[in-house]
Amino acid sequence: MSASFTKSTARNIFYGGSVFFFLLFLGLTLDTTMALPSHNAKAKLTDAAVRGKKIWETRNCGGCHTLLGEGAYFGPELGNVYVRRGPDFIKGWMKAMPTNVPGRRQMPQFHLNDGELDDVVAFLKYTSEINTNNWPPNIQG
Amino acid sequence: MSNASAATLAAEQARAPAQIKYRSQAVAKPYFMAAIGLFIGQILFGLIIGLQYVKGDFLFPAISFSTARMVHTNLLIVWLLFGFMGAGYFLIPEECERELYSPKLAIITFWVFLVAGALTIVGYLGLPYNVLAHLTGNDLLPTMGRGYLEQPLITKVGIVLVALSFLFNLSMTLLSGRKTSISIVMLLGLWGLAIFFLFSFVNPNNLVLDKYFWWWVVHLWVEGVWELIMGAMLAFVLVKVTGVDREIIEKWLYLIIAMTLITGIIGTGHHYFWIGTPAYWQVWGSIFSALEPVPFFMMTMFAFNMVKRRRREHPNQAATLWALGTGVMSFLGAGVWGFLGTLSVVNYYTHGTQLTASHGHMAFYGAYAMVVLTMISYTMPLLRGREANSPQAQNVEKLAFWVMTLSIVGITLCLTAAGATQVWLQRMSSAPLSFMETQEHIMPLYWARLVCGLGFFSGLMLYLISFFVTGKRQD
Repeated sequence: MSASFTKSTARNIFYGGSVFFFLLFLGLTLDTTMALPSHNAKAKLTDAAVRGKKIWETRNCGGCHTLLGEGAYFGPELGNVYVRRGPDFIKGWMKAMPTNVPGRRQMPQFHLNDGELDDVVAFLKYTSEINTNNWPPNIQG
Repeated sequence: MSNASAATLAAEQARAPAQIKYRSQAVAKPYFMAAIGLFIGQILFGLIIGLQYVKGDFLFPAISFSTARMVHTNLLIVWLLFGFMGAGYFLIPEECERELYSPKLAIITFWVFLVAGALTIVGYLGLPYNVLAHLTGNDLLPTMGRGYLEQPLITKVGIVLVALSFLFNLSMTLLSGRKTSISIVMLLGLWGLAIFFLFSFVNPNNLVLDKYFWWWVVHLWVEGVWELIMGAMLAFVLVKVTGVDREIIEKWLYLIIAMTLITGIIGTGHHYFWIGTPAYWQVWGSIFSALEPVPFFMMTMFAFNMVKRRRREHPNQAATLWALGTGVMSFLGAGVWGFLGTLSVVNYYTHGTQLTASHGHMAFYGAYAMVVLTMISYTMPLLRGREANSPQAQNVEKLAFWVMTLSIVGITLCLTAAGATQVWLQRMSSAPLSFMETQEHIMPLYWARLVCGLGFFSGLMLYLISFFVTGKRQD
């Protein structure tokens, strides 16, 4: 680096650049939050879906599964599972766990009652309605 | 112990105060010891989940995959935080040329953090997660159950208090001491770490907003403010081991972190492609995150340039090796492997596959694990009363460096191949397989990854052993 490029020049680029791009990020964030209602007009965040989200979180579902591609990669993507499998399959599946097939990946039994299972389904229905710009590439997630 | 080595030890202890410049720097030692201990725990749980990938019912239901993975990732974060804190307590007094504001507070903080961390892990392993959530006040303010932020509310509050105590201590030291660029950047990074962690308390019911602000902790940490901490730690060690003029090193440091935040802040957008946010993020996120390798490449150039221009031959060669290693591996892991999946047209197919995991493993090791190990390598001999360890001990440490680093390269390559297979069979094929069918095809790669994981663990054991190798001292 040339001697004319001093430490204080570098420092000014750091402070100026950081502040500028953080403000730009805040602007984009504001725009995003304002655009969300129309972007996700189809996604109905019902009371049941909100309760279902709490169940999703407190059973650490994201410790094995991805949801819109985020989480762990041990189990299938669940953002679109409502479309792939349907509500009855989801409830039946959760009731039947664990499979106890030797050597196969096991999902715990969470002992959810029928109302809670409906809430989970409502949450997964909501996630399937989010406008993900056509992700995933196909139904397999 | 022979008389000779006992005599050596006594001599070392007698010389101890002369080796660290400020007595209060000694508080860093327990932090580094805890970091190494938790690191070992992290890898043990990594081996458990690695085994569960190939033998699905291993330890089920006693320790399910989700629990073991949570322990693996949370221990990672906590040992790195212990490492950053130890580094802060060592670096700030030395840079500020004065004793730490309150060594006593630093030690109290250490025990609070260690006990809180241990209790959290016990809670994870001993209680069903929903019971833990209920007992710890998650109903008051739901924050749990999101990746890396699985900690109970009371642990999160504890982390904030620990961070405040730590930052208060360091800031008070800085305010009345010499203010160098390295110490200012270190503190800026640490303050940023604490401030962005506050977004872990933000958990909107709207899943899109939840995910949006979750990244304000996770991305703005590892692809933002943590790079300031990393840069400051690397610069500190390079000043010491190379003797290169501080003005030059600090100029590099400012340029690197300028590029970090100029690219990395808007680069957050590469997480906003498919989570229900507007499509314009595909443009912003692709362009800026494609530039994120630049600061990491500068980090590599920085480390090699400074070592090449060194004005002294520091006896601690192991520390120099770690410094060069973190330069290279952070560029490969965070830069190159990050770039692989970052353009939205590519990410459409790779998002949420093992490709993400491959990048995560090499980036966390290359950037953050290695920079903490660089700092430990440089400071621990000083904290134990000598400028450098014996050549024998350094040889073991260097061997550990190579075994761990090559093992993580192996893990990364296995997971990259696994991710590519997943993309091909499950996403691009004209007759896509289901997730679980695809997993069956990847099994051999998961076995190979597990072998590399065992390799990593043996490297880590060598690293631990290197602390107990005495050998002949260089005088």
